[in-house]
This record gives sequence, structure tokens and C-alpha cells, in this order.
Amino acid sequence: MKQALGAVRRKFQPWNDPASRPFIEFRNVSKQFGSFTAVDHQTLTVFEREFHALLGPSGCGKTTLLRMLAGFEEPSEGEIWLDGKNLAGVPPHRRPVNMMFQSYALFPHMSVEKNIAFGLKQDGMPRGEIAARVDEMLKLVKLEPFAKRRPDKLSGGQRQRVALARALAKRPKVLLLDEPLGALDKKLREATQFELVGLQESLGLTFLIVTHDQEEAMTVADRISVMKEGKIAQIATPAEIYEAPSSRYVADFIGSVNVFEGTVESSSPGRLQLETDQGFTVRTATAPVLGAGTKAWFAVRPEKMRIDHDRPEGDGVNMVSGEVWDIGYLGDVTVYNVRLDSGKLVRASVMNAQRAVARPISWEERVWLSWSDDAGVILLD
Amino acid sequence: MAEKERTSLSRRVVTWIPYAWLVVFFLIPCLIVLKISLSQTALAIPPYEPVFSTFADIRDKVGEFSLDSFALLTQDSLYWLSYLSSLEIAAISTILLLIIGYPIAYGLARANPSIRPYLLMLIILPFWTSFLIRVYAWIGILKPEGLLNQLLISLHLISQPLAITNTNWAVYIGIVYSYLPFMVLPLYATLEKLDVTLLEAASDLGATPLKAFWQVTFPISLPGVAAGALLVFIPAVGEFVIPDLLGGSDTLMIGKTLWHEFFDNRDWPVASAVAIVLLVALVVPIVLFQNAQSRAQGAK
Ligand SMILES: Nc1ncnc2c1ncn2[C@@H]1O[C@H](COP(=O)(O)OP(=O)(O)O)[C@@H](O)[C@H]1O
Ligand SMILES: [Mg+2]
Repeated sequence: MKQALGAVRRKFQPWNDPASRPFIEFRNVSKQFGSFTAVDHQTLTVFEREFHALLGPSGCGKTTLLRMLAGFEEPSEGEIWLDGKNLAGVPPHRRPVNMMFQSYALFPHMSVEKNIAFGLKQDGMPRGEIAARVDEMLKLVKLEPFAKRRPDKLSGGQRQRVALARALAKRPKVLLLDEPLGALDKKLREATQFELVGLQESLGLTFLIVTHDQEEAMTVADRISVMKEGKIAQIATPAEIYEAPSSRYVADFIGSVNVFEGTVESSSPGRLQLETDQGFTVRTATAPVLGAGTKAWFAVRPEKMRIDHDRPEGDGVNMVSGEVWDIGYLGDVTVYNVRLDSGKLVRASVMNAQRAVARPISWEERVWLSWSDDAGVILLD
Repeated sequence: MAEKERTSLSRRVVTWIPYAWLVVFFLIPCLIVLKISLSQTALAIPPYEPVFSTFADIRDKVGEFSLDSFALLTQDSLYWLSYLSSLEIAAISTILLLIIGYPIAYGLARANPSIRPYLLMLIILPFWTSFLIRVYAWIGILKPEGLLNQLLISLHLISQPLAITNTNWAVYIGIVYSYLPFMVLPLYATLEKLDVTLLEAASDLGATPLKAFWQVTFPISLPGVAAGALLVFIPAVGEFVIPDLLGGSDTLMIGKTLWHEFFDNRDWPVASAVAIVLLVALVVPIVLFQNAQSRAQGAK
């Protein structure tokens, strides 16, 4: 299913098309709570039918952004536009967005079907239509046998689906999801992530999801906004964020990464050479042109590193030796922590493609780490 | 083994203490009152014919039980009218208390947590003075030349003083004033626990604040409404001091009738019969209500 969706989604790139019209726009939005700035002059554009994730550690302002769009908080500065309309002063009950709350916020005194019907009833929809829509929603989230139950008689996963059905029942222009899967166990969470993608795809809605789980964001989102302390550090597709992070913060937040500080030795289009403070030289093919002597960082993912007993062939660039400090066998991959002479630990991971290796690498052995010219990125921040 | 027995024994003792309390201070007095109600009046001290005094008597005297007092209650319309009037006054007072108490409790529950203790204090503070003095004070406020009438006349809102004292209105005011905390505190307790994200969810789904109140806040606060209503309704039915001080001669309440039978008529059997009927009339619906509620809770 993921594969099939991926094929469709690859063509979905409105952010690369100058002609496409923004759907949700945060324009230079700030939110102060007293003297504390929860969101600091941020601009974000989300397109129709996009699945967008706000990703960041706890307390970085994700929920605040979502609540401003839902109307529970007014921005201290800036404007929020939805589908060509300024939302300033529009109360939450008149905004065409629905939210799935982190705590689900199901009405405890109402049955599952009454919960789902609640929003439809507020709009004065005729009874027959409400019943039909509720049935459709119950079927969508596979909760038909539980229609008459109260929320406190449901499991966590079932409650989560009621919350989803209730938020989707009104066919909102935008569905806001605040850590929707946070309360589920890992297996159920992963299954539900794919269901969410399927739903979003089949209903053709715009989803804005908040999460602190980078894997979740990578799985579900078309684009991710990585946030840090009230600011958006990078907005890009999961692959771009992973392969071309814009800063050490983003590189470190998504997956694991080895970062080396250094100074630029020489730089020309398509080729940059960096002298690291670990005493080895890095050459990269994808880098901005920088003046010699500029301070910069080289970031490389563990799986992009090769690990060998012998010194690799070549001109001595993009390689460093150290001692195996720790080995973690994770089944599909083995992770090696290699200690450089300076004491710095570098992580390399190797796919376990074969069941047995002729000369396995073991603890305290001297090894060489090496990587290709396009394995890592140069970061300035 | 012995250890286990001892803990279960001590646990049994602990659970029996409240029952023992109820038996000694509620059930036995009730039975004494029941006994008196089945007796006949007499010019004696105490002013009734002893029905039995020892257990040996019981067998002999059972035949002498008299239902005359209860029969009187059905014959003289005064008693029925007193009961009905008490229920009506208590019901109207309870509704007034709900209308006044609910917004107060809601405001308290939504107030800034740092000032909530002070606001709660203000609700409870009047209890630190005597109930009797506070009810007397209302006479000073409500009487024809009292503070309220002076104020209204000086504001030219009325030309003639309003006759409030010695009417049922004065009784309502007295009951509402005196019983307000008993209504506010249980309501506050349920409203304070209400998760505000439920209201956000309601508003997110298109409910105006008013609709959200009636469809979410109010239904969820119903246990508090029931607790507050019971807590004021029951004592209000038997209230004596407030109707005696603030009500008029035509304010009929069962508490006043009871007093009259005991102290003016010295007819203890009839007074006891009045008390027994009142008890049954109140206890039966309360037990039914509590059963219904615990069944609803058990169903959860
Ligand atoms: N109503 C509020 N009053 C004061 N501070 C708040 C309020 N809401 C959020 N904050 C603060 O704003 C920051 C960002 O909060 P939030 O958006 O909930 O973070 P996240 O969802 O990313 O974990 C937090 O430090 C939080 O304490
Ligand atoms: Mg949050």
C-alpha cells in the first residue's frame, strides 16, 4: 500500500510549482504567552491535499501553531489565511477546520455515534443525512459494532478512531492532528500511520499533523516542518530533510548523524575540501561555494560509512581510522561505535545482508572508516 | 493464617463503625420516635402513655399500639397542606438555588487558580457567624422600614415600601441565602473537574458557546446538580427557623407544624407521627435515587 501511494505521491509537489495556490498560510505569525515567545515570527505555507507534519521536541510551539489555526489562540502578531480568507477574529466554531485532540477529548456522556454526530448536529444537518454520515464514518474507522458504546468502554485504539471519525465527519477543509497516535503502542501506531495516509489520500483532504516522533513524520508526511524553540528550522520533504538537512540541529533531530567541525580549505562549484579538527580531510561534491578558512561542519549518516580492516585505496581523503569501541547487533543492521584517536566516537552501521561474514569485525580492532564524495553534507549552522 | 484472620477482623471492625454510629444515633432514636407515635397522649411527664418499657412488655402491649395519631394526619387537612406547602417551598427554593448557584460555581471553577481559594473562602465565610443571627439580619433588611425598602425608595424605584417579611418570598430569600454554599460546593466540585478541552472540541465541531454549555457542560455536571439539589432540598423541607422568623402566619411548613404539636399542643404522639411520615416521604425517594445512581455508576 505504501508503495502504491508513494508512486502517486511522487508527482504531488505543488511547493515546486510557482503557479500553485497556497491553502494554509501562516504569515509572519508570533504568539506570546506573557513574556514567553512560543512562536516567533514564522511563515509557513501548506498546499491543498498536502499531508504536512510539524515536527520538533516537546515545548517547541507545535501545538500552539495548530491551536492558532483552529482558533483557540489568536496570534500576537501576523496573519493566518485559509483558502484565500484571513482567519483573524473568526471564532473556532466558524472555522472550516477540525481537530483531533491529543487527549481525544471525546464527550464522556455520549455514545460513539453521538460523538461522531455532534459536529453534524451543530450545522443543522437533517437527521437522515446525519445517520447516513455517521454510518459511513463508523465503517471508515471500522467501529460499527461499537456505535452504542460510551467512550470509557473502549480501548485506547478504538477511542483514537472515534476521535478521528468525529473530526472527519464534517469533511473539514483541513484536519488538524495533535500527536494523534501518542497514546498507542508501537505496533498499533505503525499500522495506524499507514491508515492515516490512506484516509488522507482517499478523502483528498489537507492534513496538518503535530508529532515529536521523527519516524512518524517521515512515514506520513509529504513535507515536514522541523521546529526548534518557536522557529521553523527547515521545511522540506522527508527525503530532503534526511539527505540534505539545513543545519546540525535538523540533521541531529532526524535519525542519527556524525558531525565533524572543520575549516574550508578550498571550494569551487561541485567540489569542496574541508580540514576537520580530527586531522582528516573531507571532500564533498554537493556543497555551496565558500571562502577558504570559513568555519563549517561535515555531517554524514552512519549508513553512508564503510567500515574495513584495511586502509581503503585512494588519495587519503574521506577516510579515518579508529578502534572499535562498541558493537550493537540490531538484527537487520549492526551498529559500530568507532573511537578516533582524539577520543571522539563515530557511528557506522552496516546492513546484515549475509548470515555469516568471513572476517567479522570485533571489539578493540583497528578499523578504517571511509565514505564517498556525495555521502555527507556541509553545514554552516 | 492467624495474621490474616486478625486483619480481616480489624477490617470488619472498621467497616462496622459507621454502621454502629448509624444504629446508635439514627436508628434507635427513630425507633423511639416511632414508638411515641404509636402511643396515646396523656397528661403526664412525658406526655404520652408508655406503650412498653421492657422487652417483656412488648408481647403484652403490642395489642395496645394505636394508629390514632397517623389517622389524625389523614383527617386534618392542616397536615397534608403543611407537607405539600413544605415540598413546594423546598422545590422552589432548590430551583432558585440552582439558578443562582450554578453561575457562581461555574465562575469559581473558571477563575484563575491562584484566586480560587479566596473566592471559595468568601462562599464559606458567612458560616463563621451564627445561622440564627444571619436570619435575624434579614428581618432588618426586608422589613417595611428596612434597608432594602429604604434603598429602593431613595432610588425612586418604588413609592410604597414592599411587604416582603412575613411572606413566602422572605422564606425563599432566607433559604436561598442560608443554603447557597450547599448548592455551590458540589456544583463547583464537578465543574472544576470538567476537562476544558471538551469545550474546545465542542467549539471546534461548530457549537456556539451556548450550545456547548447545554450539550456538554450541563449534562456532565448533572451529578453535581443532583448532589446540590438533594443537599438543599432535604433540609429545606424540614426547615423551621427560617419560616418561623421570616415567614408569615400563613406560611405553612411542616417544621412549624411539628414545633406547634410538640411545644404548644404537647401532643407528642401526633408530633412523632408527623416526623415519621416526613422521614419516610424523604428517605424513600433518596434511596431510590441513590440506587439509580450507583447502578448508573456500576454500568460504567
Ligand atoms: N496557554 C499558555 N500559557 C502559557 N504558556 C503556554 C501556553 N500554551 C503553551 N505555552 C508554552 O508555549 C510553549 C510551546 O508549547 P506547545 O505549543 O504546547 O509545545 P509543543 O506542542 O511543541 O510541545 C511551551 O513552553 C508551553 O509551556
Ligand atoms: Mg503539543
